[in-house]
Amino acid sequence: MELLNVKNLTMKFSNLAAVDDVSLSVGQGEIIGLIGPNGAGKTTFFNCLTGYLTPRNGSIRFNGHEITGLRPNKICKLGLARTFQIVQVFREMTTWENVIVGAFCRTADAAQAYEQTLEILQFTGLYEKKDSLVSNLTIADHKRLEISKALATQPRLLMLDEAMAGLNATETNEAIELIKKIRSRGITLIVVEHVMEVIMSISERVVVFDSGKKIGEDPPDQIIKNPRVIEAYLGESYRREAQNA
Amino acid sequence: MDFDILLQILVSGLLMGLIFALIAVGLTLIWGVMDILNFAHGEFLMLAMYISFWMFALLNIDPLWSLPISVIALFATGVITYRLIIKKVLNAPGLTALLATFGLSILIKNLAQFFWTPDFRHIQGAILGEKTLSFLNLNLSLAEVIAAAGSGLITFAIYYLIFKTKTGRAIRAAALDRDTALLMGIDIDRIYALTFGLGGACVGVAGGLLMNFYYVFPSVGSLFGILAFVTVALGGFGNITGAFLAGILIGVVETAGGVFISPVFKYTVVFVMYLVIISIRPKGLFGW
Amino acid sequence: METNAFSFLKKPSALIPLLVLLFLPWTTDNIHFHHVLIMFMLFATLSQAWNIIGGFAGQVSFGHATFFGIGAYAALVLLKKYGLTPWAGMLIGGGIAVGVAVLIGYPVFRLKGHYFAISTFAVAEIVERLFLNWDYVEGAIGLPAPVLQENLINFMWYKTKIPYFYIAFTFFLGVLLLAYKIDRSRLGFYFRAIKQSHEAAEGLGIDTTRYKMVAMMISAFLTAICGAFYAQYILYIDPPSVLSLDISIKIVLVTVLGGAGTIIGPILGAAILIPLSEYSRIFLGGTGKGVDLIVFGALILIISVYQPQGVVGFFRKTGK
Repeated sequence: MELLNVKNLTMKFSNLAAVDDVSLSVGQGEIIGLIGPNGAGKTTFFNCLTGYLTPRNGSIRFNGHEITGLRPNKICKLGLARTFQIVQVFREMTTWENVIVGAFCRTADAAQAYEQTLEILQFTGLYEKKDSLVSNLTIADHKRLEISKALATQPRLLMLDEAMAGLNATETNEAIELIKKIRSRGITLIVVEHVMEVIMSISERVVVFDSGKKIGEDPPDQIIKNPRVIEAYLGESYRREAQNA
Repeated sequence: MDFDILLQILVSGLLMGLIFALIAVGLTLIWGVMDILNFAHGEFLMLAMYISFWMFALLNIDPLWSLPISVIALFATGVITYRLIIKKVLNAPGLTALLATFGLSILIKNLAQFFWTPDFRHIQGAILGEKTLSFLNLNLSLAEVIAAAGSGLITFAIYYLIFKTKTGRAIRAAALDRDTALLMGIDIDRIYALTFGLGGACVGVAGGLLMNFYYVFPSVGSLFGILAFVTVALGGFGNITGAFLAGILIGVVETAGGVFISPVFKYTVVFVMYLVIISIRPKGLFGW
Repeated sequence: METNAFSFLKKPSALIPLLVLLFLPWTTDNIHFHHVLIMFMLFATLSQAWNIIGGFAGQVSFGHATFFGIGAYAALVLLKKYGLTPWAGMLIGGGIAVGVAVLIGYPVFRLKGHYFAISTFAVAEIVERLFLNWDYVEGAIGLPAPVLQENLINFMWYKTKIPYFYIAFTFFLGVLLLAYKIDRSRLGFYFRAIKQSHEAAEGLGIDTTRYKMVAMMISAFLTAICGAFYAQYILYIDPPSVLSLDISIKIVLVTVLGGAGTIIGPILGAAILIPLSEYSRIFLGGTGKGVDLIVFGALILIISVYQPQGVVGFFRKTGK
């Protein structure tokens, strides 16, 4: 069942097209990896989808609703949540307070929200640190907190923007496990990452951006053979080499 | 509608507007470079005016000659304020810097009131004095014309400094991206101090010139201060040209409002205009 | 469920200062002292009201005197011209204040912090100027309260200030409890989220404009009620006494000094600054030569630089 349908999305800053005529379809329960060199337009794409930017052109349909140009809070309430590349935690609150803000999206009752918060914290492994001030958490914990906040809003589709940047090997593995757990809860995922092993190991499909355009969309084992993708990452000579091989 | 009256309004408005513009330029410069809204800007102006007044009252120095003193004093005030206060709140969360300069403004204003009483002070017998200038059928106060001309000149000087000199480029770099500027070897601390000093210098000039025809009293800074905030917001925070144009606009609107509606409401008109514009164009007339 | 708010209030020992306060007026006949107590209660309430929009939601308003004045004028005018009891008058004043809040908030909340702050200045100046020139409310001449029988309905006492104190105390308690409830509810969390990260708040489903509006409306209403109280207490109002920038500034100073965004902050701030302000006025005459403001200004400056959390920060351990 199709959950997200992006058609001909274009976002321009002055005359520079940060996102150039991108179309994408995501089905319920999928994990989509989104990769591309820096500046390729991935975060801009996220921002358009989640309402932080209004696209110049194109349409976005989520779960049967037309969400193009809606404000972020409406889109979140419809079930599309995201994390931020630069983690946007609430600095003067504790861990659980951060997450309960997300939980309040679905219930106005403080006691109920608190219960849901505890459940999420257990799920993401932050329960032990629930009363810690955010400033006392490690980077990995910050990333998990970002995810926890988003999860608390009970999304159907969760978009992770470089949730693994700055993690060491162990932390990365834990993050991968968490992503798989999230999916097993029935949440669809779009994951932006630079760490290739991560993308390859969790994605069913990999979408590649370059200079605002979508230049490839394939399962992981095929995307690495895609000439345009090789060229974008490694340059023309490698593409020629790969094609001649 | 008598053409003469219209012209009088435009010219009078332009004159005051140029002075407003200079004050606003100082404020917007600080904002643009350091992201700090200097709430004490109006009080700095008040200090400049009092310096000018006391130089005349106690030492018989004409405001025209004491102008350099006002400028240097306020430049120094700016630098000292930066070093003692601003530097420490640069990285603090939003409210803090606002409130630090706010506290400073309250402090300065009330110290002035304590030492110099709330009395209105005026300079009588200065060189420019009560002289008038006849121009195109209009009767203009010479002091106002000189003040406006001086303000305009200094504004252009600031513009030139920022956009056509090496130091100006350093300032602009610091404004755009502090960290990169640091990496490029620019001494950010000095640039910030310089900027704050320049902001002070602007009101040093404006205040010194104003004293030729205006009154000074401890709360005079409040009014000019609020007008400066409004001007800066209208022109777009950090936009020097915007602040200049907005200042002139406000000068004209204020004068027109005083004539067509009532002198009592002349600033009210400005504030209403501000609210209307800001509702339609949230980033100000020229902001981005 | 524990919140990070000053949990002092939850302990039974919190009742002790309140009980002390309750009996304090009876310890002396000195009317100056009674006056100071009343002003303390008034400003503790006013600051708590401001705290909701300025401290919690982080939208600094420098124009709260507007609501204060609207409440004062509404109640007094209705009493004078229509004989309406101030208890009803203050509710109407509160309603008008809310209306004004919506009017100015709506276009302005879309803007970032500084535009909003400057707009509050602009609105306050406009309103003060309007009242100064409005004949219906006697403009600059001011409005004295009518001479009525001393009783609760008329909200008027001449021989003693003590009833005023208990009313102020009740308001103070009411607003304190309200602030406390808000702090632990969705509203409170949403306000704090908006203050700390506008973007993150939006992304978690918070309609930031709507909630800023709600904070503003609550704050405006409560501030107006305080204004109505003040009119009935001082028995004479004019634009400079209830609509001036000085009042707006004082409210901000008290809250920030004590600790904006906390519940006990406004109380601490008022406890320190109001006696200072009132006694300097009593001993130095007139407006106290602004000595209290010199101290306020210096304190705010020092606090901003060294202890941005306000006096509360001295009692709190943070993870910093």
